[in-house]
Amino acid sequence: MLSFLVKRLLLLLPILLLVSLIAFSLFYLSPGDPAEILLTGPQGPPDPAAVLEFREREGFNDPAAVLYLRWLSKVVQGDLGYSYVSGGKVLDAVLNSFHPTLRLALISLMISLIISFPLGILSAVKQGSVIDGLGMTISLLGVSVPNFWLAYLLIILFALKLDILPVAGYGQEGDVEHLILPAITLGISAAAVTSRMIRSSMLEALEQDYITAARARGLSERMVVLRHALRNALLPVITVVSLNFTYLLNGSAVVETVFAWPGIGNLMTRSIFSRDYPVILGCMLFLAMLTLSLNLLTDICYYYLNPRLRHVAEN
Amino acid sequence: MLQRIDLGFQLSIFIIAALLLLAITAAWITPHDPENAQPQLRLKDPGGEYPLGTDHLGRCIFSRVVFGIRISLFIGLVVVLLSALIGTILGGAAGYFGGVLDEAIMRVVDAFLSFPSIFLALAVIGFLGSGLSNLMLSIILVEWTGYARLVRSEVLSLQGREFLEAAKSLGASDLYIMSRHILPNILPSVLVMATLSVGYAILGAASLSFLGLGVQPPTPEWGSMMNDARPFIRSHPLMMVFPGAAITVTVLAFHLLGDGIREKLNPRSEVDKQL
Repeated sequence: MLSFLVKRLLLLLPILLLVSLIAFSLFYLSPGDPAEILLTGPQGPPDPAAVLEFREREGFNDPAAVLYLRWLSKVVQGDLGYSYVSGGKVLDAVLNSFHPTLRLALISLMISLIISFPLGILSAVKQGSVIDGLGMTISLLGVSVPNFWLAYLLIILFALKLDILPVAGYGQEGDVEHLILPAITLGISAAAVTSRMIRSSMLEALEQDYITAARARGLSERMVVLRHALRNALLPVITVVSLNFTYLLNGSAVVETVFAWPGIGNLMTRSIFSRDYPVILGCMLFLAMLTLSLNLLTDICYYYLNPRLRHVAEN
Repeated sequence: MLQRIDLGFQLSIFIIAALLLLAITAAWITPHDPENAQPQLRLKDPGGEYPLGTDHLGRCIFSRVVFGIRISLFIGLVVVLLSALIGTILGGAAGYFGGVLDEAIMRVVDAFLSFPSIFLALAVIGFLGSGLSNLMLSIILVEWTGYARLVRSEVLSLQGREFLEAAKSLGASDLYIMSRHILPNILPSVLVMATLSVGYAILGAASLSFLGLGVQPPTPEWGSMMNDARPFIRSHPLMMVFPGAAITVTVLAFHLLGDGIREKLNPRSEVDKQL
């Protein structure tokens, strides 16, 4: 286990380096002056003369490679700089906005799994039936409907026509009312993708020899599906759950804006409009770290839950 | 099962043909100029001279939805062509030459995949600015990785096959082998992925335009029309409904087309794993 973990962590290093290089390149290529932006502290944008002097003194006229390394050494220490607009620490802004995003994503994840598990399993077990057809049609529609359109359709129905839920906003801490519509929007979109994956993973499991063997032993279909097929189909589903989470993060970029949900998607969009480069950069790095950690966690789960994999690695 | 996919395939061809026809003939079949603002006619309900009503500037929504087909199809096709080209070249080189080049290219792919896709696109626009070309660039930077992974694994699966060994032993150059022997073999999978991702590209572009970061007004584009409709969601919800329906139908058609082509070319392809 330890050698596996060490190996995986070592593999992450070059990727992290490339991630920072991509982010810095975009930042460097932007029309703004990186020196001016990096100089910006809690006092707001500095005056031009100070920038010129600072560029000379701190070596901001150095080649891009030197600038990159200097920036990287700060980032490694957890210093993402200061916001151009609020003057606050970028790391704080990113972490504060991540909390609402996480809250929304976890509820959406639950909704998505509640819809997609029964739908995916039933579609696979009754392959070619009306249920399968219906399930696949729903999931096809789900991946084709833009989530911001779905969001507005739900707003029109539940907030404007029926008037039982708020249109947008975060409400008070722990206020469930405001959470329902964005969570359903994201949950349905993600369920469309997930149910398809669960279906194909179940179909694959149902074709295995041990299923035929279980049937030959006279086990009930219910036992065969739940005890034998589902258990083995669950392994790929771990990947599904983690992909689902990434999918929800993606969806949150737009859906958070629709519902004025104060999450990281909203922060990102607002920062783009106010040209708050350090915050955009911070969001990028944070989300990449998050995705990579999630992938690592998925691999560890896989390794832990799949005896075959463990056996291969140990010998 | 197969019948249903066939039905979907035929439906998708019908829809896409209709969209192409509408896009080409947009100037003749639409009743009004899509960019002509007439403030005195603003926010009219559907009916009569304005089949889908007018928007907040008094522009004909029907004409704008029809003209919107042009830009969405244009973005979808250009983005898919370029990202397929970049991904195929890099993924092909990684798979064919292997070694350090393979490592380097695939680590770059991993790095791009570390960013949740829409956030990468947002960051590209955030740093480089909004507008049509940066919008397309941002989606290409997201999409090329899928092709690179697909083509690499397809090329690896061809390695060691007799016809490649034969070509090599006859002294064929790398370029000849890649273009004459490898490319024809990987093209079907790339085609399936490309068709499926036209829908994703259109959806991505519409999302960014909806946020006000893609196609800029007054160009008729579905996402940006929905952005225009946001302040009027209470009084004129239909203004939001029409462009969204247009996106859904278009994206659905490309998904059905992709599924159909996949079923016809090779039932169990690698594309599934990469999407």
